[in-house]
Amino acid sequence: MDTKVKQSQGKLKWVGTRQVRPDGVDKVTGRARFGADYSLPGMLVGKVLRSPHAHARIISIDKSKAEALDGVKAVVSGEDFPDIAKEEAFIGEGPINFRYMAHNMMARDKALYDGHAVAAVAATSEEIAQKALALIDVQYEVLPHVIDVRDAMKPDAPILHDDLFTEGVTPEPTRASNIAKQVEFGRGDPDAGFAKADVIVERDYSTQPVHQAYIEPHATLASVDEEGKCQVWASSQGHFMVRAYCAKLLGLDLANIKVTPTEIGGGFGGKTLVYIEPVALLLSRRCSRPVKIVMDREEVFRSTGPAPGSHSTVKIGATKDGKIVAGYAEMRLQAGAYPGSQIGPAGMTAFAPYEIEDVKAVGIDVVVNRPKVAAYRAPGAPLAEFPVESAIDELADKLGMDPIEFRLKNAVKEGTQSCYGPVFQKIGFIETLEAVKNHDHYQTKLGPNQGRGVASGFWFNIGGESTATVNVNEDGSVVLIVGSPDIGGSRASLALMCAETLGIDYKQVRPLIGDTDAIGYTFLTGGSRVTFATGLAAIEAAKNCIDDLRKRAAILWDIDVSNVEWRDGVAHPVDAYSDEHEPMTLKQLAAQSAKTGGPITGHIALNAEGAGPGFGSHVCDVEVDPETGRVEILRYTAVQDAGRAIHPSYVEGQIQGGVAQGIGWALNEEYIYNAEGRLDNPGFLDYRVPVCSDLPMIDTVIVEVENPNHPYGVRGVGEVPIVPPLAAVANAIEAATGKRLADLPMSPPKVLAAIDE
Amino acid sequence: MSKHHISTSINGESREFLCETRQTLLDVLRDELGMIGSKEGCSSGDCGACSVEVDGRLVCSCLVLGVEVDGKEISTIEGMADGENLHPLQTKFLEHAALQCGVCTPGFLVAAKSLLDRNPNPTETEVRYWLAGNLCRCTGYDKIVRAVMDAADEMRSAS
Ligand code: FES
Ligand code: FES
Repeated sequence: MDTKVKQSQGKLKWVGTRQVRPDGVDKVTGRARFGADYSLPGMLVGKVLRSPHAHARIISIDKSKAEALDGVKAVVSGEDFPDIAKEEAFIGEGPINFRYMAHNMMARDKALYDGHAVAAVAATSEEIAQKALALIDVQYEVLPHVIDVRDAMKPDAPILHDDLFTEGVTPEPTRASNIAKQVEFGRGDPDAGFAKADVIVERDYSTQPVHQAYIEPHATLASVDEEGKCQVWASSQGHFMVRAYCAKLLGLDLANIKVTPTEIGGGFGGKTLVYIEPVALLLSRRCSRPVKIVMDREEVFRSTGPAPGSHSTVKIGATKDGKIVAGYAEMRLQAGAYPGSQIGPAGMTAFAPYEIEDVKAVGIDVVVNRPKVAAYRAPGAPLAEFPVESAIDELADKLGMDPIEFRLKNAVKEGTQSCYGPVFQKIGFIETLEAVKNHDHYQTKLGPNQGRGVASGFWFNIGGESTATVNVNEDGSVVLIVGSPDIGGSRASLALMCAETLGIDYKQVRPLIGDTDAIGYTFLTGGSRVTFATGLAAIEAAKNCIDDLRKRAAILWDIDVSNVEWRDGVAHPVDAYSDEHEPMTLKQLAAQSAKTGGPITGHIALNAEGAGPGFGSHVCDVEVDPETGRVEILRYTAVQDAGRAIHPSYVEGQIQGGVAQGIGWALNEEYIYNAEGRLDNPGFLDYRVPVCSDLPMIDTVIVEVENPNHPYGVRGVGEVPIVPPLAAVANAIEAATGKRLADLPMSPPKVLAAIDE
Repeated sequence: MSKHHISTSINGESREFLCETRQTLLDVLRDELGMIGSKEGCSSGDCGACSVEVDGRLVCSCLVLGVEVDGKEISTIEGMADGENLHPLQTKFLEHAALQCGVCTPGFLVAAKSLLDRNPNPTETEVRYWLAGNLCRCTGYDKIVRAVMDAADEMRSAS
C-alpha cells in the first residue's frame, strides 16, 4: 500500500524544535535508574579479582579457602568459562575476536595487564566478597612486560601472544611478534605525488591512550533460574549486543537470555562490549541467586577500554598555489593486550576531508601490556586526523595561505572520490569551512601569548538494523517502542520524528526502550546511528501506523483506502468524497478502533543504509602562560553539518561534549604506567578530565546540508566533534608560541619545555 | 560486628537507620534507604555525583561515614522538588538540555542549589569554580552553566 502522507505547506512542526525530553523529570529528580540502581531479592554482591602484574603466567588458582568462607556462594576463574575459538567479526565500530573478548573478560593462562580479571566471587555482602578475593590464591610467574608501542615492535620485545603472527605483510612472518596486523588505504603513487610538490612537511606525532571516562562505572545485575533462564540488567550501548556476547562467551542459547537496558550513564563507545555481564551470569548460575557486579572507578581505568595511543609519521606535499598533491601516513596503534585497535578507521579517516590524487595511509596494530582498547567516539579518527590537520596547518603557514582558504581549496565535496574509496554524496564540509570563515570569532583580534587554531574533522556515521513499533492507545496517545538505549537524548529526537510523521502533539508520544524480548533486534548505539537509523525506523513505523489509520477511516466511511489521505494527524476523504465525510482525527479513529479491526499499530524492522558522512570545522583561541606552560582555552567555536538537527539543543550538546573530550585529549589526559607496568593514575584526581572551570562556553553553529537518504535529512552528529579539537588546540598553541607540539597531551611541562627550547 | 543506630533527618523527614562503621553515607542512602538518586562515580571525592548537603554544607557523600550524620540534617536530590513543583534549577536543566546521560545531574543540581543558596547572583566564573568538583563527561558544561545562571536569574526576579 502506498502511503499518502502530506505535510501542510512542507513546514515542520516538531522537528527542529527544542522540547523537554520525555525522560527529563526522572533524570532531574533522581528517579531514573542506571546500572547500579537495580536490585533483586536475595541478591549477592559480585567482585572481580584482578592481576597486579602487567604480564604473568598463571600457574595455579586455588579457590578453596575463598569458597570455604561463610557467606561466599560462588567462586569462578578462567577454567570455569568455555574455551572460545578465534572468530573475527566486525561489529559496531571495530573488529571483534570472540576468543580475545573471552580472554579479556577473564584471563586464562596468562594475565596480560595490570587489572586483568583472573577470578570472581559472589557473596552475601560487599565485605565478605572483598575478603574472599583476598583468599583466592593465585600463583603467578611474572614475565617481562612492554607498555610502549615502539618498544613492543622491537625484535627483542617480550611477546604477549606466542601464536600471533603479523597479518597483512609479505613475506608471511615465521616468528610470533606483537605486531598483529598491517592495513593500507589509498590510491595513486605517493612518491610520484611528492615529486610534484613544491612544499612538503613531514613529522612524527604521538597521542596517548585516553579513557572514555563515562561517569557511570560498568554495572550489571544477572539472574539465572533453576531452568537456566537468564535475565540481565545492564548499562550498555546495546542490550542486544549484551545478549549476543553473553550467549557467545558462555556457550548459552540466545533464546534463554533476556537483557533489560538500564539508563546508561555515558558510554562514548566504551560500553559497546561486555566485561562483567557474563561473569555475573556465570556466578548466578552457580548459586541460583541474582548477582550484581558494579565496577569501582579504579577497575574502570585499569581494566576497561581506552582509545588507543599512537605513534605516527605523516607527510603531506602541496604545490605553491595551494593544491595538496600527495599524502602519506604511517600510524602505529596501541591495541592493548589483544589485537584489534581501530587501524581500519584510522587509515580511512586520516586524509578523508581532502581530495588527494596520490595518497597512502598505513595502520599497524600492536599489542602491549595494557587494557584492551575499545571504541571511543569516532574510533581511530582523532589520532589519525590530528597529525594530518596539524600538517595542513604547517603547510598553509609555509605557503603563506589562510588555513581555511587552504582547506577550501582541497576540500572534498559532492562527487569527489574519497581517499578511502567511495564517492561522496551530498556533504557539507565546505559549508562548515565557510561558516568558520564568516564567523565573528574568526575575525577578532588576539592579545599577547594568545593564538588561534583551526582544524576540521570527518566521520563516516553508520546506519544498521533497527526495529520500531508504534502502538496507538485508545485515547489517541501513542507509545513508540525502540531497541536503542537512550544515551544522550534520543528518546526526544525519536519522539519528535514520530510526532511529526503522525501529525500529532509531541507530548502524545511516549517513547519506550524495549528489552530484548519486547522489541525486535536493534544494533547497538554507536557510529552516531540512532537518530538516523532508529529515527528512520520510528518514521517508517509511524507511516505504517498511518496506513492502518487510513484503512480504519476507509472502513468507517465505506470507501476505498486510496481515497483517504493523512494530513497533520487527520484522515481526510479525498476528491469526490471530500464533502461526504467529516475528517477524522487520530484520536477519533483510536476511540473507534474496536469497530474497525482492533488496536491500531505500526511496525517496522529495517537495515538503514545511506548514513550521511559528517564534517566539522572548529576554531579555538588559547592563551599560553609563558611561566608555567599552562594552556587556557579562551574561546571555542565548533561548526558542524548535522544534515538536519531534529532537536537542536541535543545536537549542540553532542558537539559541546565532543569538544570538551577532545580538549581533554589534547591538553591533560594520559595514563601513567610505572616501571612495574602498573597504572599509577587510575582515578579522576590524577587522570584529569576537563572540569567546569577549565573550559569556556563552547559556541556551536549547526550547518544543515540534508542527507538525501533520510526523510528529514538527518546525519549522525555524535562523533565528528571529538575529531578536530586535538589539532585545533595544537594549531592555536603554535600560533601563540611559534612551537609545534606533536606529542599529546600538551600538558604544562611539555609546553614549557617547548617554549624554553 | 554490631551496627550503629543513627537518627537523622533526610529532606525534612526524620529517619533512623542501622549501619556498619565502614559504610559511607552514600552506601547508607543507596543500599539501606533505597535512595538511589545520589550516584557513585568514583567513591573518592573526585566526581561529585554523590553530592548531598549535611547541615547545609555541600559534601561528597562517598567521603562521609554513615555514623557521622547522627543528629544531622541531610538534603538529597530526592528532596529538591517541592511536591509537584520542580525546583527552578530542575526546570532550567530540562529547558536548556543541560543533561545528556543524566548520571551527573543529581550531583550538579544539589551542588548548584547549594551555590545559589549562598550566592543568588553568581558570575559565570563563580558558577564554573563552584561546580568544578562535579564531573560531567557528556555536556562540556556549557548548558549546565547556562541553566544555573538562568535559574539564578529567575529565582532573583521571583523573590
Ligand atoms: S562518588 Fe563521591 S565524589 Fe565521586
Ligand atoms: S550528562 Fe552524562 S555525565 Fe553529565
